[in-house]
Order: sequence, then C-alpha cells, then structure tokens
Amino acid sequence: MFLTSTLYIALAIFGLALVYKVSTWFRYKIGIPSIEIRTSERFFSALKGILLTVFSPKILTLIKVFILDVLLQLRILKEDFLRWLMHLCIYGGFMLLLLMHALDKYITVALFDNYYPTINPFMFLRNLFGVIVILGVAIAIYRRFILKVPRLMTNAMDIYTIIIVAVIMLSGFFLEATKMVAYSDYQRMVNEYSGLSDPRELKALEAYWVKEFGTVSPNLRGPFDEKILAQGRELHQSSCAECHAKPQWAFAGYGTAKVISPIGLTIDRARLPSILWYIHILACFAGLAYLPFSKMFHIFTSQLSLLANAVMEKEKSSPANIATRQVMELDACTHCGTCSFRCSVAVAFDEIPNINILPSEKIASVKALASGKKLSPRALQNIQEGVYLCTNCYRCTVVCPVGINLQDLWFNVRETLLQKGYPEFFALSPLSFYRGLMREETVRKDYEKPLIRAREAIASQCDLMKRKEKVLPLTPADRPFQSGLNLSAQAKTFSVCFGCQTCTTVCPVVANYENPQEVLGLLPHQIMHAAGLGLRDLAFGSNMLWDCLTCYQCQELCPQGVHVTDVLYELKNLAIKHVREKTL
Amino acid sequence: MKYAFFLGCNIPARLQQYEASSRAVLGRLNVELVDIQEFNCCGYPLRNINFKIFLLSSARNLALAEKKGLNVMTLCQCCYGSLKKADTLLKENPSLKKEINATLEKEGLMVEGGIEVKHLLSVLHDEVGVPLIKEKVVKPFRGLRIATHYGCHALRPSQITQFDDPVAPSVFDQLVEATGAESIDWQKKLECCGAPLWGINDELSMDLTLKKLKDGKDAGAHYLCVACPYCQMQFDKVQKMILSRRGMNHALPSILFPQLLGLSMGIEEGALGLKVHEISISEIVDFLSEEAPLTSPLAQERGSE
Repeated sequence: MFLTSTLYIALAIFGLALVYKVSTWFRYKIGIPSIEIRTSERFFSALKGILLTVFSPKILTLIKVFILDVLLQLRILKEDFLRWLMHLCIYGGFMLLLLMHALDKYITVALFDNYYPTINPFMFLRNLFGVIVILGVAIAIYRRFILKVPRLMTNAMDIYTIIIVAVIMLSGFFLEATKMVAYSDYQRMVNEYSGLSDPRELKALEAYWVKEFGTVSPNLRGPFDEKILAQGRELHQSSCAECHAKPQWAFAGYGTAKVISPIGLTIDRARLPSILWYIHILACFAGLAYLPFSKMFHIFTSQLSLLANAVMEKEKSSPANIATRQVMELDACTHCGTCSFRCSVAVAFDEIPNINILPSEKIASVKALASGKKLSPRALQNIQEGVYLCTNCYRCTVVCPVGINLQDLWFNVRETLLQKGYPEFFALSPLSFYRGLMREETVRKDYEKPLIRAREAIASQCDLMKRKEKVLPLTPADRPFQSGLNLSAQAKTFSVCFGCQTCTTVCPVVANYENPQEVLGLLPHQIMHAAGLGLRDLAFGSNMLWDCLTCYQCQELCPQGVHVTDVLYELKNLAIKHVREKTL
Repeated sequence: MKYAFFLGCNIPARLQQYEASSRAVLGRLNVELVDIQEFNCCGYPLRNINFKIFLLSSARNLALAEKKGLNVMTLCQCCYGSLKKADTLLKENPSLKKEINATLEKEGLMVEGGIEVKHLLSVLHDEVGVPLIKEKVVKPFRGLRIATHYGCHALRPSQITQFDDPVAPSVFDQLVEATGAESIDWQKKLECCGAPLWGINDELSMDLTLKKLKDGKDAGAHYLCVACPYCQMQFDKVQKMILSRRGMNHALPSILFPQLLGLSMGIEEGALGLKVHEISISEIVDFLSEEAPLTSPLAQERGSE
C-alpha cells in the first residue's frame, strides 16, 4: 500500500513536471528570431520535422549518433577518459539495475521463468552493477572535490544529484547486508519456504546458515559440530538452495554483512532492514520526482539534443524548430563544465568576477532569461557582458558532450540583450568582428545601435568635450590620470611628444576624412598632447580612440619613440574603467 | 623543426582551409606541428577593453608552450603580434611577470620566457628557407601577378615583432616569388586591411578596405595573397558584403599563402580547401605550369638571379 501510493505520487509529480517541461520547449523564447513564432506553430513544426526526418535517409545518421554518442558516449571519451569512465559507470550501472532489479516484476520475470532476486546470476549481477555505480559516484566526488578540475563549478544541484544517487546505492547495499545478518528475516524465510518443523532439523539448518550465510542468531554460536553442519547442508540443499544462492555471490552485501555482524542482533531488534527499505524506496521515488527539475533530466534531453543537432542545419531547418531546439537544449545541459574548461576566453574570469563569462554558468542565466523571469538591470548587464565576451570560436559547441549548439545560443541571447538599451563596451573591440560578419544573416535590425550607444555612454562622461568655448582652462591638470597611464609600462612615452604630427599624418583613418576633426574629435598627436596636459576628458571623449585600427603606423614612425598606439590602447582601457566606475 | 601550432579562435571556426593547407604544406617541408588543446584566445580582441586579460591570455599560451618546451608558430598576424607583445613585456618587466605568474600558478603554469614566437611566414623564410621551398615547387605559377599583403601586426611595432624591415619588407615577397608568381609593387602594400574596425565602424572599415582593393587592382594584381585569418576574412566574406553594399562588382579575390604554395608544390586542390571561399579563387590553377620546374624558363631565370 505504502509502496504503491508513494510510487504513484512520485510518478504523478514526474509526469506533470515532464509535461510542464516539454511545454516550455515550445513556449519559451530565446532570441529575436523566435519572438514572432507561435507555440502551436512550433509544436506542429516539430512534429512534422521529426516525421520527415525519421522517414528519410537521415535516419541512418540518427542511428549512428545514437550508437556512438548516446550509448557509447564517444564525445565524452574524446575529452577525458576518467570522465567517460565515471559517466559510463553511473549511467550503465544504474540503467542495468533499473531494468533487472527495480523493474524485475515487469522485465526480469518475463524474461526468465526461474527468476528470484536471491539466486544467481541475479544476486551477483545486482551487486556488480551496484558497485559499478558506486565507483562512478566515487570518481564524480573525486573529480569535483579532490582533483578540482579547473573551472568545474559545483552548484547545489550537482550536490543533490550525487547525494540522491549515493543514498539509493548505499541504502541498497546496507539493506542487503542487514537482511543477511537479521535473524527475523532468516526465520521468515524458514517459515515461508522450508516446511520444516523438527526442532533438531531447524537447529541444524540454522547452524549451517550461521556458519555459511552470515546469519546472526541469538540462539546459536559457532563453532559447530561437523555432523550438525553436514545435516544442515543437506536440509539447505533440499529446502533452500533452489531459490537462494550463497550470499558470498552478493560480494558487496556480504562483505558489509561480515563487518556489521558483531552488532547483528541489535540491527535486527531495531528492525534496521525495514528502515533501510523505506530509505531505499523513498530515495528512488524522490529521485524520480525530482528528475525533471534536476540535471538528471538530461537522461532524456541530452539524447534529443545530440540527435537533433546531428540532423539540423542552421540554414535549412525551419526557424520554428531551431527556436524549440534552443530551449530544449537548456534542459540537456549536465553542468559538466567541459565548455568552461575549453572556453577560449575563460581566463577573463580571473580578472572580471562575472560568472556569466563561463559558458557552463551562462546557461543558468539564459534559462532565467528564457523563462521570462524579471532580472535586475545589473543582472542583465552581467549576462550581456558574459555573452559578448566571446571570440565565437565554437569550441564550447564542438566539445559539448550532449551536443548543445552553445555558440548559436550565445549569439541569439546577445542580440536580444543588446536591444535592451544597456551599453556594452566590449562591442567596441574586435570581438565585434563576428557580429559584423553576421550582420546580413542574423543581426539585420538595429545593427548600429549598440555601437553608437557604447560610444555615447563614454562621451557623456567627458564634460570637457561638451564645452562650447574655444579655449579650455589647462589647470588643474588631472595628475592621477597622467600617472595612471602605466598599464603596459610604455604608455608613459606620451610625455616626450613634441607635436610634429607625424602620427596624424600617417594615420590611414585620419586620411580617410576630408575634415577628420569633425568625425574623429582629437587626432592622434592632439590626444598625445591632451594626455601630456592631463586633459582626461579630451583624451577619453574622442572618437579617434574607437576608430583606431591599431595598425601601428603612427608608433612605428614616431621620431620621438612615443608608443602612440599603445597609449591609445591604454586610454581606451581607462575610459571604459572611468565610465564603469561613474555609472555602476 | 617542431612547433606548438597556435591556431587561435578564427581559423578552426571559420577558416578551416587555412589550417588544412598549412598542415599539408608544412608536412612536406618537414615541419612538425604539435597541437596543444589547452591553448586559449591570444588576447588580441580584449586589449581594447582590458589590458590585464589580454596579457593573461597571451601569457597562459606562452606558459603552455613553455611547459612542453616548444616554440610557438601562429598563422595569424594578430595572434603573432599579441604573443610577441606579451612575451616582450614579461621579459622586460619582472613585477608584471610576477603578477601574471601568480594567477597562472593556480593552474600549475608559469612563464619564464625561454621560448620563441614565430609566424608561419618567418618559419618558412628563416627556418625552412626559400631554396628548399623552390626545390619543392613542381608546378610553378606562370604570369600570375600577386598583390602581397603583409598585415600590420606582423610588421609593426617592429621593435616588438622583429618580423622584417617595417618600411621595406621582403620576406613575404620572396616566398610568393618562390612559387613562380610575381609579387607586384603596389602603394598600399603595407597598409591595414580594415578588419580591426569591422563590426565597430563598418563604414570606415569599408572605406579603408576598398582603397586597398582599388590600389591592388590598379597595380594589375590578379589576386591578393595573405597570411592572416582576419585579413583573409576581410578580403573574402567582407569584401563580398562591401561590393554588394556599395553596388560594385569587380572583386579582387584573396588567396591564403599556404594555398598558393601548396598548389605550386603539386598538392591537390581538395586538400587546400580552394572551393570554400566566398569570392572564388579556383581559377588560379589556370596559372599553373605543367612543366618540371628545372626546365621551365621561369625557374631558370630565377636560378640565375
């Protein structure tokens, strides 16, 4: 009664959550392309896409991916052997236990006429599979807490997951071990199956079980007489052996039983076996109910993600299906950290403490965004910075063991966030090159806006640039600014500029305009001079800074050895720092 | 010759043909390439915003190569310039090095400064040598006029990059001529391709790129030749966008140097990725001669020089 009712409750939670989760795949929107597409359209488009793929030659690709990436998990093996071993142990062992042990009434019984959980090979296999899972969990704990794989973040969900699996496995082993030592379990079996009533016979059998099966009896204690044991063996052969193998086969349970046998009687009296049974069952059901909410949901979604990405193409697949896939992929993430480990710009996290720089952590923020959760401006700006700080090298996507197209996810989120109106200073760096490459394919609308906004945000903090007077007061000079130009230990060279204007003359950007000052503000030699005079706002506020190609013509040709390009680089750094400090 | 092969971010994602053709060519010239999976961005795109991230990124790469005891070879001028800059800064500035090493230490890495950073072109010119390359050229180009584009971040600042003479460089020209092609003189040879501003100020970037392309065409070039992924993307995909945005139709296609060299060495087109360009360069094979190099007049001419 308890078993069935809790099972149904767990199943009901699981089922409802599953329906809810799957519905989000069609409802949530990531990025501008998905805004216009209705849920129903996405649903039917997915159905159509699946049917068309399954009944096409692409089915061969699906089968290949299913065998190589889903079953054998070669993508994980390619990354790291230890991880592959860990995952295969947990997933392989757990699936086998689920099929053979948890669902034995439905599967094992149907396949084998003479199935009893207490006979071999089932008893042995149950232990073997269990030990395999425990080995996997041990590797997981080792990797996360002892080896400390770089940038492998451990969040609460990771810990819950490890705990649930560990509790299921350990309670199972202890349940088996305590049943082995428990006298009342022995008595129950004798009453139910042996049909013996002669006290001498019962004693002989009990002696045999105490000696050979690890039962801890309140009445008998070894060593026993050989004759009694021989009689017990015979009785065992005729009454028990048919459906009870030697417990040594259940090697893990038996080993544990041997260890706990000194307190065997107490264990029995406290009815520990039934307590452990409840723990074992409840942990399984808790795991089942929690599954759709946790990263364990990837058991289903990672397969979908791998299969979908194997047959979908950015250019050819319908936008509706891409929108759906992108939301589904968020549920496929296992928070394994491979993307962050291999991310090209993850080192930036050492300098900027924004967790969204790491792709594995960015996923959580993207989830929050997709669900329509209200986020603070600060949080939005952090996500925006995290998705912009990306060289679009596709490594995260290439290495993701569950095949999530992370790159496209970042790109979509980036464009959506950029339209929210917060300035993004990384837009003024060559990180924007890829956005430029994609301007006709993906960006289209409002392409220029973020670029203008970032420049304006900087210029608005430069008061001197707004003064109408022709002549500016030169005092007080901004001393901290003058002495602050020392990041690269070369930028200080601005002070030896004697104003020959060679830098400006050779600058291809200056040469591009008929009236360069109108467009660029201060020109290179003037910026050097402004730095010399400590006129911070003039140096920061000029468009010249952001329109510098960094081609180094000016620096190469400067007769005074002023590191003109390096000074401009440094001014850009300082200008952004200045604006951030003032506005955040 | 053995190098840690530094591909950077763009090549594996968007210019696989550059990697493939480089591997094909270098394999035949006995240059061994070692891949280091842990390499990250060189730091170049981050330098505008945060100098420390730039330096840390570059330094981490240097430390990884140093751990393996290998010199680094890059295919990208911007990666080259960044790694060189970081290398020099760390050598010149002990306190900066200490600070950077304190961060790298967390990963068990350290920069001591014992390795060299090289660009593909300098490896080919200085280590492999033009004479050996000429020996390997079996199908020299004939009548092909190439506008050789050096790329800024290899040439300048010359104090740091030490790539070639910054005013009158010849390394790239010599390599191009080794394939039998003519490396023409053109005014804007040493100017920027415009890529650093693509995505930041597209109009300006387009102006600058167009000036270069016009100058190349006016000088009679059939093709541009580059050895940097940014320059190549600017002259290929971006050129195509520029032409359509500004209503023009006369393109100056651009080929990557290892593709040019590979063709003249008789490597098949498929292995060099000739077909994946936005602006077609397949027709360049029409300039290939079929004669054995030693009997061709061109080779004799070059031999007597």
